[in-house]
Amino acid sequence: MTAYLDNSATTRPSEAVIAAMEHCMREGFYNPSSLYAPAMEAEKQLKRARAVIEEILHAPAGQLLFTSGGTEANNLALMGSVEAMYGMRHLAVSRVEHPSVLEAARALERLGHRLSLIRVDGTGEPDWAQLEDLLERDPPDLISMMQVNNETGAVLDVRKLSKLARRLSPNTLLHLDGVQGFLRLPTDARLFDLYTLSAHKIHGPKGVGALWVRKGVRLAPRQLGGDQEDGLRSGTENTPGIAGLLAAVERYPASAAKTMMELKMRLLKGMRERIPDLKVNGPDPGAGAPHILNLSFPGVRGEVLLHALEAKGVYVSTGAACSSKKRKVSGVLSAMGIPLDVAEGALRFSLCPDTRESQIDYACRCTGELYDTLKRFRRK
Amino acid sequence: MRDVLLLRFGEVHLKGLNRPYFLRKLVDNVRRAVEPLGGRVWMSDSRIYVSDCPDMEACAQRVRRVFGILGVCPAVEMEKDLEAICKQCARMAEGLTGTFKVIARRSDKSFPLDSMELQKIIGGRVLEANPHLTVDVHRPDHKLNVEIRDHCYIRLHEVEAVGGLPMGTGGKAMLLLSGGIDSPVAGFQVMKRGVRVQAVHFFSFPYTSERAREKVCELARILGEYAGGMLVHIVPFTEIQLEIHEKCPDGLGTVLMRRFMMRIAERIARAQGCGALITGESLGQVASQTMEAIAATDAVAGMPVFRPLIGLDKLEITDIAARIGTYETSILPYEDCCTVFTPRHPVTKPRLADLVKAEARLDVEGLVEAALDGVTQYKSWEDS
Repeated sequence: MTAYLDNSATTRPSEAVIAAMEHCMREGFYNPSSLYAPAMEAEKQLKRARAVIEEILHAPAGQLLFTSGGTEANNLALMGSVEAMYGMRHLAVSRVEHPSVLEAARALERLGHRLSLIRVDGTGEPDWAQLEDLLERDPPDLISMMQVNNETGAVLDVRKLSKLARRLSPNTLLHLDGVQGFLRLPTDARLFDLYTLSAHKIHGPKGVGALWVRKGVRLAPRQLGGDQEDGLRSGTENTPGIAGLLAAVERYPASAAKTMMELKMRLLKGMRERIPDLKVNGPDPGAGAPHILNLSFPGVRGEVLLHALEAKGVYVSTGAACSSKKRKVSGVLSAMGIPLDVAEGALRFSLCPDTRESQIDYACRCTGELYDTLKRFRRK
Repeated sequence: MRDVLLLRFGEVHLKGLNRPYFLRKLVDNVRRAVEPLGGRVWMSDSRIYVSDCPDMEACAQRVRRVFGILGVCPAVEMEKDLEAICKQCARMAEGLTGTFKVIARRSDKSFPLDSMELQKIIGGRVLEANPHLTVDVHRPDHKLNVEIRDHCYIRLHEVEAVGGLPMGTGGKAMLLLSGGIDSPVAGFQVMKRGVRVQAVHFFSFPYTSERAREKVCELARILGEYAGGMLVHIVPFTEIQLEIHEKCPDGLGTVLMRRFMMRIAERIARAQGCGALITGESLGQVASQTMEAIAATDAVAGMPVFRPLIGLDKLEITDIAARIGTYETSILPYEDCCTVFTPRHPVTKPRLADLVKAEARLDVEGLVEAALDGVTQYKSWEDS
């Protein structure tokens, strides 16, 4: 048996997605900007994709820009909006943002803008007092935070942030990185100004994502050329990718959150039965995102357990897949104040609506057995 | 007129009665390197030539990596016609700046002009056509070599090649290859002396990952480019590490592990007909590379252990690694040893008696046998 439990890294494209993309490449390959009828059909498909996504987001008037994925959308949200404001600006992001936000923010800081980093506590909850203080005394021009933390599943109280910001500093732009939240949590675009989503985390293809921009928010393009997407993101639209994104969105089950939450609790229960001194990193599992569970296995290095699980066909991740190449513990966990030895033993299990109970049980059984062997060998 | 490569070889000259053997090997190796590109290799007047390859540049790059070749000179071969020779020389000097000198050598004594006359005439014509150049016969920036033999050969620059002795003239040896910076360099240094090298790698899954194994295979592939491929024996090593970890004093862990590696490498080496082991140790670099620790590992090796890096500093090793092309791969982060097995306080002067006592708690022979049973092989080349 195999159990792919690394769905926050990427998901398997569904058959419907592959079929939609194939159809688009075979039949609907035309350039949406061309003037003849089949090209207009391609353009209509784009419009439809925009409309479907905007409806899911309850989006007020605005624009959905298709991008090459979450990273580009996040980069565009931060760098594009700050550039469009002119002059030196002030932005705030949390310490546990994805590198595509954090690094963009740091790049802006190097250009002379001011950057405030919002602290988080041991559960991943932002320091509301710090935020309130900041908004009152030194309001940022832009706040960017993630809807769901990719490593711990911590969920941001978007409504609370929105209310706070609108009350204390109505001109502050709010950007929400929804790469791990889109479709898995209810999302209401009336609460913020910019929103990032990505296709390959919801069984769509890699290489496509989107940035939703509220009407009236000014954005400077980061990619110049033929003025597609109203000049905000030039380049011929990735129509097969967008067809795949649309298919993924339309196919995503309405009951996904409930299904995954049940699976997650089953995973936690199964693990706890076998490994009593297990630690949960991040929020209380019932309050976290339905698909992410970050666990620490005391006395065992996460990477070693990961490879041992790999040999059994169970695929998980240590922290974020993109940061496991760097030889240090996850920046997210250390920002949350998780002790080094606990962070070293951390594994992220992430689910999808297609994960089966039997796979969860298999993963628990394998982890339990391997843990018993591996914990005998710790550094003396 | 055609382009050729003229290859200069080094130490082979020193060989006495064995010289024809070394030369034959060298020519064979050059041939093997350039034949896939369609090049032809021939000898004349105890020089090796490569010709008739559609891509001489690629040929030169390959020949540079043939052990035994000291330098590669791109040259032009043409008829012995003075007028044509002068024109060609003038053309070749077009891109030059500074000073130059013509060095002529007339081996074909039937050619009407002698070397001195040739130098004067050709030098004059080159200068006439390239007035921005000046002649300096003592310390020229550029030397234009003109040789009159069966044909005329004109060459300007020499590209440095790898040097050493022809591969296959020095026997076979087994390299202990980790994913680090040192061991590939150690292997290279011995390969350079004409030795065919295979590698043995100790793999501790799940304490090290598939990526660590991939990295070692990639290093073998890079080294193999100098030798027509490299064979890697991958030894499952986890069981041994766990046994040592569980049953032996922590401080001796690394040296005990090294002793197991030596035993296993020696067994594979013998089976493969190798006469020596090669390691990347450098004296004092880490706790297991002190004189005492090396003595302790040597004690179980039943064949010579070559340590070509023993007197080199890390920086010197790194320089060689960069030059031979293994550095970038070696510094990839996938570890080849898990910190679980690294003693916090390794014994730097292990005593043989303590090691023997520690090993008495282990089934040494059984563990070695089991590891040998699990060996898999990776070939860095593709069979055609």
